[in-house]
Amino acid sequence: MTFFAKTLGTVAALALSAGAAVADAALIYDLGGKFDKSFNEAGFNGAERYKAETGGNYRDIELQSEVQREQALRRFAEAGFNPIVTTGFSMSTPITAVAPEYPDTKFVTIDGYVDPEAHPNVLSVLFAEHEGSYLVGMMAAMASESDTVGFVGGMDIPLIRKFACGYAQGVLAVKPDAKVISNMTGTTPAAWNDPVKGSELAKAQISQGADVIYAAAGGTGLGVLQTAADEGILSIGVDSNQNYLHPGSVLTSMLKRVDVAVFDAMSAGPDLETGVIALGLANNGVGYALDDNNADLVSAEMKAAVDAAREQIIAGEISVHDYSSDDACPVLNF
Amino acid sequence: MDKMPAWADAVLVPVISVLLAAAISALVILAIGENPVTAFQLMVDGALMKSSGWGYTLYYATNFTFTGLAVAVAFQAKMFNIGGEGQALIGGLGVALACLYVPWPHWSIALIGATASSAIFGAAWALIPGYLQAKRGSHIVITTIMFNFIASAVLNYVLVNVLKPQGSMEPASGRFPEETFLPTFQQMFSTSETVLFRGSPANVSFFVAVLACILVWLLIWRTRLGYEIRAFGNSETAAKYAGISPVKITVITMLISGGLAGMMALNTTMGEAERLVLNAAEGAGFLGIAVALMGRSHPVGVFLAALLFGFLYQGGAELAFWTSIPRELVTVIQALVILFTGALDNMIRMPLEKIFLSFRKGDV
Repeated sequence: MTFFAKTLGTVAALALSAGAAVADAALIYDLGGKFDKSFNEAGFNGAERYKAETGGNYRDIELQSEVQREQALRRFAEAGFNPIVTTGFSMSTPITAVAPEYPDTKFVTIDGYVDPEAHPNVLSVLFAEHEGSYLVGMMAAMASESDTVGFVGGMDIPLIRKFACGYAQGVLAVKPDAKVISNMTGTTPAAWNDPVKGSELAKAQISQGADVIYAAAGGTGLGVLQTAADEGILSIGVDSNQNYLHPGSVLTSMLKRVDVAVFDAMSAGPDLETGVIALGLANNGVGYALDDNNADLVSAEMKAAVDAAREQIIAGEISVHDYSSDDACPVLNF
Repeated sequence: MDKMPAWADAVLVPVISVLLAAAISALVILAIGENPVTAFQLMVDGALMKSSGWGYTLYYATNFTFTGLAVAVAFQAKMFNIGGEGQALIGGLGVALACLYVPWPHWSIALIGATASSAIFGAAWALIPGYLQAKRGSHIVITTIMFNFIASAVLNYVLVNVLKPQGSMEPASGRFPEETFLPTFQQMFSTSETVLFRGSPANVSFFVAVLACILVWLLIWRTRLGYEIRAFGNSETAAKYAGISPVKITVITMLISGGLAGMMALNTTMGEAERLVLNAAEGAGFLGIAVALMGRSHPVGVFLAALLFGFLYQGGAELAFWTSIPRELVTVIQALVILFTGALDNMIRMPLEKIFLSFRKGDV
């Protein structure tokens, strides 16, 4: 009896302390996990920056299975966390199921799209990855001497095809006769974290003449970058700034500022404005990385051309085809 | 008599194994600076003290019951079907095609149709490895695990190129029509005053799993086919001598096994997601091996083991929510249970047997 009472007491105390004090933020990572050196980790970095700069608190969770998506949203909403930020397009459907039950809680889906009319308490953050990939594609074409460049994707899903298609368009804009070799690592989620296979694909592309390879493959990309450095060719990183991984070999990184999206959402707190934001070149949501590690690789001429293209894309003079708009790519076959 | 009583074999050995696993897990939790007692309370509280927690526990248990039965049936014929994952994925495809392209008038009819479809798809996926084993001697372990990868690639292709709605980012099918939505426990057991199983995914397919347990028991221990399967499993040469065709038994057992694994998709695809997602099997196909091992390949044992693993999954999720115990450690705890109940079974059984035998000698 006393044990039972004690147990109940502890549980009650736990339940109370588990609840959020004053509307803390929550962050839910996609199945890839928190420390993927790329997409989810960018979200984590944004949250850490929020903690350091504003003194605010947040709780985060790494999911283990599909069914936990809704469960996590619900548990955090019940406990009073606000806003609840999620990374990865797979979270958007669970959000549509949970959001109407908690109208006072703000939900953020990064990379996902939720209809703002039907769900007024959801913010969708979308990135124009094709625009950023276009720019690094131009740089790849200018840096290439063999006129053959490579692309290594992670899992073969529309999002990664969007990267590949923008990249190929950028390459062909500079050198219309250039060859783009595109490979996907696999068809299972394991393709996001298979550096060995990434390395093999990079070697295969090098043997076909590629001398610049763009990796949009999460953890798999680390193998691509490593092999490119070992074989003395150039590579391009993705999502986070990966230039530092192999200075002198990583030409640049296509930045996708997930960290900024997370930071902004958490800083806004419960007053977050919902709707849809598209983060593209114009608002620095995507871009290319330039720092000390790749300063010698990027010539002034290259930088001028890319910056000019950037302005033209923002002004609407160059339109980069978005694969996900019609599930087709005019310059690349999958 | 050189055996211990049946109750000790069926109850005492698994219980001691689980307790040992729990003790070592407690040490691991202690080592990373968390309190194992509060962690355990959190798991029990989250998985068993609330009806919504039960809803998740039973949801996972439904998955594990199906895949555990699939492995158990193949075990009876001494075959090691580790392709449950792939068979469940393809079973999910069967469910999705049935739900998307057949205009069902009511969920109950849709459930019967989708059950048949998932079982047929799952069985078809197990047919090829079964046939290769029977006719060509290609080892079932190798072929079934290879078929897991093929299944995953097939599913990805179908989702991306055929079933995915235009413009959607995610490789998933569109939502199933509303007539096929299975009633959840929340809808079934809540009254207007009290809401039970709030928001939890447990649904009517749990009862299909229970029914499957009963049918498997009837099949294995009460039919001629079940007798042939067990005879074949115990001694292939003796079974041959008795006129049992090894080819027939191998293929039929694999069909039943694959069908059961495929039916798991009812719960995840039709009951929970209400659309086909890429990762619908969620490793339950592999966990079925542990469930079957722990359940001694008996339907009752499989069901109880599935409940235990359902508790571990849901309790583990609670740990991840409210403590800083990382998700990898939750996996470590689950793995310890598998290790002790499956792989280290004899470590507990042998000394226990000795103790029982010494008691018996004392009696004499």
